[in-house]
Amino acid sequence: MSLAIPPHLLQLNETGHLKHFLTTENLSHELLTEILDTAESFSSVGQQAVKKVPLLRGKTVVNLFFEASTRTRTTFELAAKRLSADVLNINISASATSKGESLMDMLWNLEAMDSDMFIVRHQDSGAPHFIASQVCPDVAIINAGDGRHAHPTQAMLDMYTIRKHKGDFKNLKVAIVGDITHSRVARSQVHALNGLQTGEVRVIGPKTLIPYDMESLGAKVFYNMEQGLKDVDVVIMLRLQKERMNSALLPSEHEFYRLYGLTSEKLAFAKPDAIVMHPGPINRGVEIETAVADGPQSVILKQVNYGIAVRMAVLSMAMSGQTATLSNLTTSGEQGA
Amino acid sequence: MNFSPTTSLSKSIKITGGRLIDPASDHDALADIYIADGLVQEISPAGSKNAKPADITIDASGKWVLPGAVDLCARVREPGEEYKGTIHTETKAAAAGGITHLCCPPDTQPVIDSAAVAALIQERAHQSGYAQVLPIGAMTQGLQGSQLSEMHSLHSAGCVGVSQLRRAVKDNRVLLRCLEYAATFNLTVFFQSVDLSLQGDGIVHESFTSTRLGLPGIPRSAETVALARDLLLVEQTGVTAHFGQLSCARSVELIASAQQRGLPVTADIAAHQLLFTEKSVDGFNSQFHVNPPFRSESDQRALINALQSGVISTITSDHQPHETAAKSAPFSATEAGISAIETLLTSTYKLVSDGVLTPLQWVSCLTNAPANIINFDAGKVAINTTANISIFDPNTEWTLAPELLHSEGKNTPLLNHTIMGQNHATICQGRLVYQLT
Repeated sequence: MSLAIPPHLLQLNETGHLKHFLTTENLSHELLTEILDTAESFSSVGQQAVKKVPLLRGKTVVNLFFEASTRTRTTFELAAKRLSADVLNINISASATSKGESLMDMLWNLEAMDSDMFIVRHQDSGAPHFIASQVCPDVAIINAGDGRHAHPTQAMLDMYTIRKHKGDFKNLKVAIVGDITHSRVARSQVHALNGLQTGEVRVIGPKTLIPYDMESLGAKVFYNMEQGLKDVDVVIMLRLQKERMNSALLPSEHEFYRLYGLTSEKLAFAKPDAIVMHPGPINRGVEIETAVADGPQSVILKQVNYGIAVRMAVLSMAMSGQTATLSNLTTSGEQGA
Repeated sequence: MNFSPTTSLSKSIKITGGRLIDPASDHDALADIYIADGLVQEISPAGSKNAKPADITIDASGKWVLPGAVDLCARVREPGEEYKGTIHTETKAAAAGGITHLCCPPDTQPVIDSAAVAALIQERAHQSGYAQVLPIGAMTQGLQGSQLSEMHSLHSAGCVGVSQLRRAVKDNRVLLRCLEYAATFNLTVFFQSVDLSLQGDGIVHESFTSTRLGLPGIPRSAETVALARDLLLVEQTGVTAHFGQLSCARSVELIASAQQRGLPVTADIAAHQLLFTEKSVDGFNSQFHVNPPFRSESDQRALINALQSGVISTITSDHQPHETAAKSAPFSATEAGISAIETLLTSTYKLVSDGVLTPLQWVSCLTNAPANIINFDAGKVAINTTANISIFDPNTEWTLAPELLHSEGKNTPLLNHTIMGQNHATICQGRLVYQLT
């Protein structure tokens, strides 16, 4: 049954190229590097007079967002448009598809309109995998964030940022700070960092926000900020959702900030040239001090800019992998429109 | 395949040359069995010469003749959720699986909290005539957890016990009163111990797998904390208690220690817990979405050890048929449960072929042990008792294709798997209700 194929295998075609992009877990060093290199080649498109390349010309890309998002959706839209694709934006409230059946019906309808790619954000872990395996296997599925499971394009733009500023991953120490339990970004970052053979990957937070057996995922766990930040090259802060206070995971924003908020004093434990990252949007004074967020070590705004090139890379790679798969399946005379 | 309901004319049946395994009488030898007027009339050593003529003769040589299985937890979905299954389809599935008696939990719509609903279910099952359905009554009205149900009336209407299932009880005081009231009339309380606050939004076992997949985890304490409380209240009230669908090693220890203290406590596990562990959910396969969730290999080992030692005496199907759409969604949006009644015998026969249980132990877990828990005259093959029999072929290897399932629910992870052992024929209340052709 195709259903039982884990995401990291489902997303590759017979030749080992991406045909979907569902997770950074178990991606080879080679493939991760290829994504970063391809992104690099797209990085100048934004500076051109005509900000377009024709790689996805004639392709229909559907932004399918079951969860609210501005930043991610916008950068995906820009990425697809710079690749010359036709882009459709669909925002669906969760209640409209509370039944699985209507979700499938809606997807089949969109597929019937000859869509070539779905960019999916969904509140349930595994939703893009479900769509790729069960609903529309011939459409390239890009995971734009699913539940707590994965947010692979965010992780790749973070890798791009790190490589841009720090070069090789081998000798780096990277710390991810905050709510790891509920974070799809953190999981995808840990997988990508390990795939790129990063020297040491750390996560820092209280026990209520660190998931079970995090060490086996490939990250060293620290409960103390000073110890965790000691000598790191990269600090990645995660956004803290306000509802965590109500579900008894934390006593207050104030105590969280005191213990795990990134202030100039705490940042001093990291290497002097350490960079500070954040997937946004930032809660100033909750997880990060304004002076640090806007300070010289912060690369937060650059991340946003890199996001477009990285997403262009992923979209073009997955589309070409999916097209190759489909043309192998069909007879040689037939061509996808 | 041939089905014939128990409402058909009674015919005399002869079963020859099979290996009769009857744990209730500790019998394990080749035997001929003669059934007439719905009763077992004769059990004689195989090949005995006193050949009475019979309307139907079944050659059971090479096969095992077992008491009809008694399943302590199987949803028939009727009344209320007929799109998932009906009493007709699910009892037919039971007959195909060698099950002659099944207990139906009270979470039907309406809930089994009145004698009328209990009577309706039994009447429908009688009309279908493939298996006997024994309702379990709701312990509180509407399973709402605040007011006692009319437990005595439910019992009088045929309920074999009462249960709150995995639904919340308002507070421990209400639970205590329920147990005291049930104890007044010697009713068995069926627990499915869970602390719903510790379960939270959990959907799979809390483990490395749940961390990797980003699926909210259910810690073992969601079961053990509630089980410990339930056992203390059982001790206080003296009520007879049965704990269903255990999933953790620590739960086995708690049950064993209660039994050592002499409490009237029994336990079962769902068949699928013996076959799969938490690792199965990798790949987000919703067929492995069950509650309680599949746990670790060490938990599974402890559950199997408990079957060997007898701390857990019974295996149930925990049959939960679903329509296709219920499983066709992202994992956490799917409904929990496996359509399992038809594979109860075949899937657990593995314990015998793997040498984990003796044939007598295995058959006991499915027949006389559960019959004793509900204090019901079933689960045995004895002279002058109603004939409820399954003829099981341990040597057939077959592939579970969806079209072979009689249940409305095709939701089983065993689909398209090759399984060893198959039910060949079922006799329920003296009638041959199912025969594989």
